[in-house]
Amino acid sequence: MLNDQAFLNAKLFEKDLEQVPSRDGFGEGLLILGEENPQVVVLCADLSESTRVQAFAEKYPERFVEMGVAEQNLASVGSGMAAAGKIPYITSYATFSPGRNWEQIRTTICYNNQPVKVIGSHAGISVGPDGATHQAIEDLALMRVLPEMVVISPADSLEAQKATIEMAKINKPCYLRLSREKVPLITTEKTPFKIGQAEIYFEGKDVTIIATGQMVYKALLAAKELKEQGISVRVINCHTIKPLDTKTILKAAEETGALVTVEEHQVFGGLGSAVSEQISQKFPVPLKIIGIEDRFGESGKPEELLEKFGLTVQNIIHGVVTVLRMKSRLR
Amino acid sequence: MSLTAQKIKELEETADLIRQDIISMLLEAGSGHSAGPLGMADIFTALYFQILQVDPKKPEWEERDRLVLSNGHICPVLYATMARVGYFPLSELKTLRKLGSRLQGHPHRGSLPGLETTSGPLGSGLSQACGMALAGLRDGVKWRVVCLLSDAEQDCGNTWEAALFAGKYKLHNLTALIDRNNIQIDGFTEDIMPLEPLKEKYEAFGWHVLEIDGHNFEAIISAFEEAKTIFEKPTLIIAHTIPGKGVDFMEGKFEWHGKPPNQEEAKKALHELRTLQGKIRSEHQ
Ligand SMILES: Cc1ncc(C[n+]2csc(CCOP(=O)(O)OP(=O)(O)O)c2C)c(N)n1
Ligand SMILES: [Mg+2]
Repeated sequence: MLNDQAFLNAKLFEKDLEQVPSRDGFGEGLLILGEENPQVVVLCADLSESTRVQAFAEKYPERFVEMGVAEQNLASVGSGMAAAGKIPYITSYATFSPGRNWEQIRTTICYNNQPVKVIGSHAGISVGPDGATHQAIEDLALMRVLPEMVVISPADSLEAQKATIEMAKINKPCYLRLSREKVPLITTEKTPFKIGQAEIYFEGKDVTIIATGQMVYKALLAAKELKEQGISVRVINCHTIKPLDTKTILKAAEETGALVTVEEHQVFGGLGSAVSEQISQKFPVPLKIIGIEDRFGESGKPEELLEKFGLTVQNIIHGVVTVLRMKSRLR
Repeated sequence: MSLTAQKIKELEETADLIRQDIISMLLEAGSGHSAGPLGMADIFTALYFQILQVDPKKPEWEERDRLVLSNGHICPVLYATMARVGYFPLSELKTLRKLGSRLQGHPHRGSLPGLETTSGPLGSGLSQACGMALAGLRDGVKWRVVCLLSDAEQDCGNTWEAALFAGKYKLHNLTALIDRNNIQIDGFTEDIMPLEPLKEKYEAFGWHVLEIDGHNFEAIISAFEEAKTIFEKPTLIIAHTIPGKGVDFMEGKFEWHGKPPNQEEAKKALHELRTLQGKIRSEHQ
């Protein structure tokens, strides 16, 4: 059953549910933030339109910096500007930032503990026809392993907008993962959002699906279908990968006794790994990690690729059935 | 070596066909890059039909020249040229960017025989070309390395690391060519990140530098010939090209960097190419 305190989009399960890329929410968030906080600056690496920073650049040209195709410089100039009191949002595609400039982020941003906000757009295989070189499916792992770094993977554009604004308020390095393609708008203005706090969107007691990014929507569809089959599923939107909301996750492990994680990311090092690290040490229960199985992406239409790589409602349902079987064997 | 007028005419005709292929492929794919590929069609034609020692029927031939395409986003022109010269059937061009295609949105070495490397992320090609050239020099091989770069790749620090390296090791078996079309995604290169004086920068790094008109076959071919005669330095050819070349409404416009033509635009573009921008009155002439 939907959690009515999550105030999700009333059209959630309808065909005409609005779809918006999460990068759009980021662009809108930046405009709001620009007005609220004069210290916010935006750095761009020759991708102003597709990372949605163009409107900010036009409105606040004196707070916009064009770096050209130079992602390493992007990270470290960002660090320098933060050292001088600014709150830099450094923007590119996730494969290039934080992909190419990981060590600059590690040392000059995280080890220095500068409040630089790394914005990685075009994450996931849903990038589509550009192919594997442009599909970041390792970025959560890359960022999660860094001390100081806060890692956020919003479920839709509105959540991306909220995250963009909230990030400025924490005096730490942050990573925001964004999608190129349209994703269903599942939340509303009233949906709670707090960095570090996972939200229960669907109530259930037999099993829990913990999802992040656009997979939250697919998890909800799976939960609805399973409910019709008499299986009671809890769905958690885990938008903050680090710091992980261990409390909510351990509670789900204790109360439902089986977990499935879903992410548009390699199965190594992302949400599934983060959850596994916690539950295996604190409250072991059966766990299925759904994600990309140690391979590169490829060209194709976004939906075709999600299908090919097993990021589907059917595969989530299959994962749920698998952990339920494991759970019943343990009893 | 001087080219006969007949040979030049043949090359021009081939380049025009390749431009038509590019338009048709992009229309069919529904995404991809238009300006760069059209601008580089003459250079690709000259390379594969005249300059490079390669055998399309034996893509793994040990003695082949190595072509490294660093700015992978212009791969429609690479694929179209490879098909025209016989690496694979022309009919395969329409699979560009589709699920299961060997013609990935950005070139992937493992997907298509004849590709020396994977590219798309800018700024990594020159280093790989340097590695091949150094290994080749040390082994005393005859084959040469050609590396194609875009002008926006001159923003990348990695490109300059490689430029220093090539100077240090005097990689005279390496010829790099920059597509100097003055555009990148956010605008004109000199507005986004000024590069000039580009020639002097490379000269200071120990390169022999030539500047040519990238649409003049004689100039393209003689520049690569000259590179073979320089024994102390790597050679850089700065090729001045017109992005979108051959299609009037695309020429010189950075807006056409990364989008395909729609049905209507493709029709117009193909008509222009078939009539050589009005030089021929009827498409069937
Ligand atoms: C490392 C890296 N950063 C960003 C990009 C995104 N990108 C693709 S092409 C391009 C620049 C386009 O300019 P240029 O390379 O000169 O190509 P042209 O438009 O002239 O074909 C950028 C920034 C990329 N491919 N690689
Ligand atoms: Mg260019």
